[in-house]
Amino acid sequence: KRLRSQVSAALKEGRVTPTQLCQRCLALIKSTKFLNAYITVAEETALKQAEESEGRYKRGQSLGILDGIPVAVKDNFNTAGIETTCASNMLKGYISPYNATVVQKLLDQGAVLLGKTNLDEFAMGSGSTDGVFGPVRNPWSYTKQYKEKSVPKFHSEDQESNWVITGGSSGGSAAAVSSFTCFAALGSDTGGSTRNPAAHCGVVGLKPTYGLISRHGLIPLVNSMDVPGILTRCVDDAAVLLGALAGHDPKDSTTIQDDFKPFELPNLTDVSELSIGIPQEYHAPGLSSEILALWSKAADLFKNAGAKVVEVSLPHTRYSIVCYHVLCTAEVASNMARFDGLEYGHRSAMKDSTESMYAATRREGFNDVVRGRILSGNYFLLKQNYEKYFVKAQKVRRLIADDFVKVFRSGVDILLTPTTLSDAAPYTEFIQEDNRTRSAQDDILTQAANMAGLPAITVPTALSERGLPVGLQFIGRSFQEKQLLTVAKWFEKQVQFPVIQLEEVKRHDSGVFQHQKSASFS
Amino acid sequence: LAPWIPVVGLEIHAQISSNSKLFSGSQVQFAAPPNSLVSFFDASLPGTLPVLNRRCVEAAVMTGLALNCSINKKSLFDRKHYFYADLPAGYQITQQRVPIAVNGSLSYSLCIDNKMSQMVTKTVRIKQIQLEQDSGKSLHDDTRSQTLVDLNRAGVGLMEVVMEPDMCCGEEAAAAVRELQLILQTLGSSQAIMAEGQLRVDANVSVHHPGEPYGVRTEVKNINSIRFLAKAIDYEIQRQIEELENGGTILNETRAFDSKLGFTVPMRDKEGKQDYRFMPEPNLPPLILYDTKSLPANMNHQQVINIDWIHERLPELPSVKREKLVEQYGILPEHSFTLLNEDGLAEFFESVVKQTQMKPKKVIGWILNDLLSYLKQHSLTVKESPVSTFLLADLLNLLENKEISSTAAKQVLAELWKGEGKTPLEIVKEQKLELLQDQKELEQICQAVIDGQENEVIIMVLG
Repeated sequence: KRLRSQVSAALKEGRVTPTQLCQRCLALIKSTKFLNAYITVAEETALKQAEESEGRYKRGQSLGILDGIPVAVKDNFNTAGIETTCASNMLKGYISPYNATVVQKLLDQGAVLLGKTNLDEFAMGSGSTDGVFGPVRNPWSYTKQYKEKSVPKFHSEDQESNWVITGGSSGGSAAAVSSFTCFAALGSDTGGSTRNPAAHCGVVGLKPTYGLISRHGLIPLVNSMDVPGILTRCVDDAAVLLGALAGHDPKDSTTIQDDFKPFELPNLTDVSELSIGIPQEYHAPGLSSEILALWSKAADLFKNAGAKVVEVSLPHTRYSIVCYHVLCTAEVASNMARFDGLEYGHRSAMKDSTESMYAATRREGFNDVVRGRILSGNYFLLKQNYEKYFVKAQKVRRLIADDFVKVFRSGVDILLTPTTLSDAAPYTEFIQEDNRTRSAQDDILTQAANMAGLPAITVPTALSERGLPVGLQFIGRSFQEKQLLTVAKWFEKQVQFPVIQLEEVKRHDSGVFQHQKSASFS
Repeated sequence: LAPWIPVVGLEIHAQISSNSKLFSGSQVQFAAPPNSLVSFFDASLPGTLPVLNRRCVEAAVMTGLALNCSINKKSLFDRKHYFYADLPAGYQITQQRVPIAVNGSLSYSLCIDNKMSQMVTKTVRIKQIQLEQDSGKSLHDDTRSQTLVDLNRAGVGLMEVVMEPDMCCGEEAAAAVRELQLILQTLGSSQAIMAEGQLRVDANVSVHHPGEPYGVRTEVKNINSIRFLAKAIDYEIQRQIEELENGGTILNETRAFDSKLGFTVPMRDKEGKQDYRFMPEPNLPPLILYDTKSLPANMNHQQVINIDWIHERLPELPSVKREKLVEQYGILPEHSFTLLNEDGLAEFFESVVKQTQMKPKKVIGWILNDLLSYLKQHSLTVKESPVSTFLLADLLNLLENKEISSTAAKQVLAELWKGEGKTPLEIVKEQKLELLQDQKELEQICQAVIDGQENEVIIMVLG
């Protein structure tokens, strides 16, 4: 059991200053550079923000709990004056003139923006391995816990190549939070892109209800499914971030109009009123026996504590992958149409005609994954195919969403499922299959929540046989984040997930590390 | 030779008169420096999202009501995809599935002959009105092999008005468009000035024999005035007839009207048979409009559009105004038509009528024959007239009071055009144009004339 230091309280009381905090994080980022979690480190601006925060604390005018807290943001969010690349050649060097609403909100509340985190190109992928800046390494690859448990296949093999992936596509954000370089990070979640890497990296990953948090400034993958995701080291912190970011944004017409009231999570002690649903279809093909066992153990945990645990059915789950692929690629094809090299971003040197310039720019700017999805999407949107594919998929989507409605209407409060099929794969193994195959496999447990727009959260549960994190997922009713997070917090308390013991880092910089390791900030 | 029936339909794009664009806050302004009215959204910067402009919706509802359409209480937005330099996002946001207004009609008047002596009323069905984004402008600089792109216009709100193929010739199309233009200007929903690109008309033309199905149609674009619209359509009808009579076929193509040459030519840059890959616009929820019945009690007034509220506040439409003028002043329908056809002329007429004792039936002649022809001759608008309503009324009063003859009045008017600031009375005095009222004096003058022409008088008396 470890004490969780309250960094915010420490800041308020002056036990640590925002500048010190920022410097430590920046130093840690440097010493964990091999993780490749960050694409851009905004050192100068971060220190400036920390200074300003310090001034506010000195004057007793702090902006709130986030004032002075170092955060990181996935590189598909627009940040004014700081490069936004989406890990793509298309936007290398692109400096956006505006801040995404969520970024602006963080800055307005005094958060210190350390930098932009790595991802799969344009958020397409489930490994954070397919971006132009290279793959992100899971910090757990470098822990006492992992090394102890893993068996190198070939003794002559460099330890380095045994590292495991973070999962994706918000792998950089997950790695950043997991390795203590920041206290919270923003990711995005379209089919599981926040929850998947959060589970693999042993951190909390929250996907809010669609329409709760503004997407203005989030470079879209699938407009009808994307949400900004929140990655933190504990559930309380996720609630704080949610409170800071949620609410109607006039710049995003898909955000709900209702007022959002930030909440503090109660400490749930009595779960006897709770009804937990276990969807049978989430016992998916390929689910590791380990995770199956953990899932079962978790269900028992609730049962033994007095909650009602029932098996439920979401019968259309098995169609979700195909449905997702049609709708996702169609929207991708549409959203990527703006990248023509004309107004911003990469422009090819090809000058023969506008058309040839477009074609060359897009061939040079996009990787195979992006181009593949654009082609598929355009195929599904052709007049002769539209009814058969796109409209059909929309109908199936409705059925998938209705599955959840029915289950929640029957009295179930929260669904409990695994987040991933297994623990994190070694990079060399992961890249044996192509992006599309991996995405199809890995998204199965997470994407239905995106199709239905429901809130979902992954909570680090236990270490696998290999010493790697495994998370379990809770899915809640629309806009019932308070209930969802309350239950998640109770669960988090029960499982007491171990703190990561980073080895490599200790070697490089022992002093800094000590202060970081307990860190939740709220 | 069997007779041919020409069939003409129109697709009209009217730029909405609003301060800002359809989905973004940048300004709408004609002839501003290139790329000076471009928001992040207009430039399609990644991560930007559309936000619907309320004023644009109101303009479309007004227009739909004025055209007797059913207003759809729920309409949807779609993306229409194609690649072009003036379309930054690679798609246009439009309303393809469910537009804001459908099934209306427009009545317009036509002269049977050229003399404006017999008017006939026709109707064209309005298929639908949809809201959509305008594109930017691209200028091809062939000498330097480059294309210059100006995005000022990109994202400006348009109402596309689709008129069914109920028209038969250039004249009908021109009259229909003219009437639409007047309606839009009266509503204020669009300034509809063709020369400034605020009203753009594409014509769909085909011909067929009676009893046979409609022929292949061509689309005629690049028409810059109502006059050219009529010419382009009539040319195209002729071209198609000749082509078919010579055993040729009509291609379903897009043709541009060359106003200098007076004919239509196949468009060089045509998009061909494009598949626009329509897809619902995911960033805009369905557009919901209310009427008094469906309006929820607790709705925030700012966020809601009430169709009935708008209907109650519609200004008087041209057709109604014309009828009123005829009724009130006893003028002919043709007169009323011309009055409304000239911006400000009806107001001018009514103002003069108020200030003079001369009957409106007589005043109208002075307005339509003298005033209007002068203005036309000198390419002046009514607003620019050097003769004010006051001056003209003053002159007409002199005439009405028999202080001058009608010939003299015309002379005075000619003098008034010079705009030298003299009143009619001053001119009359200057040029000694007063009518002699004194009976005795008149007799003396007549006698003097007769006395001076004895021989002629004798010849006349003898027959």
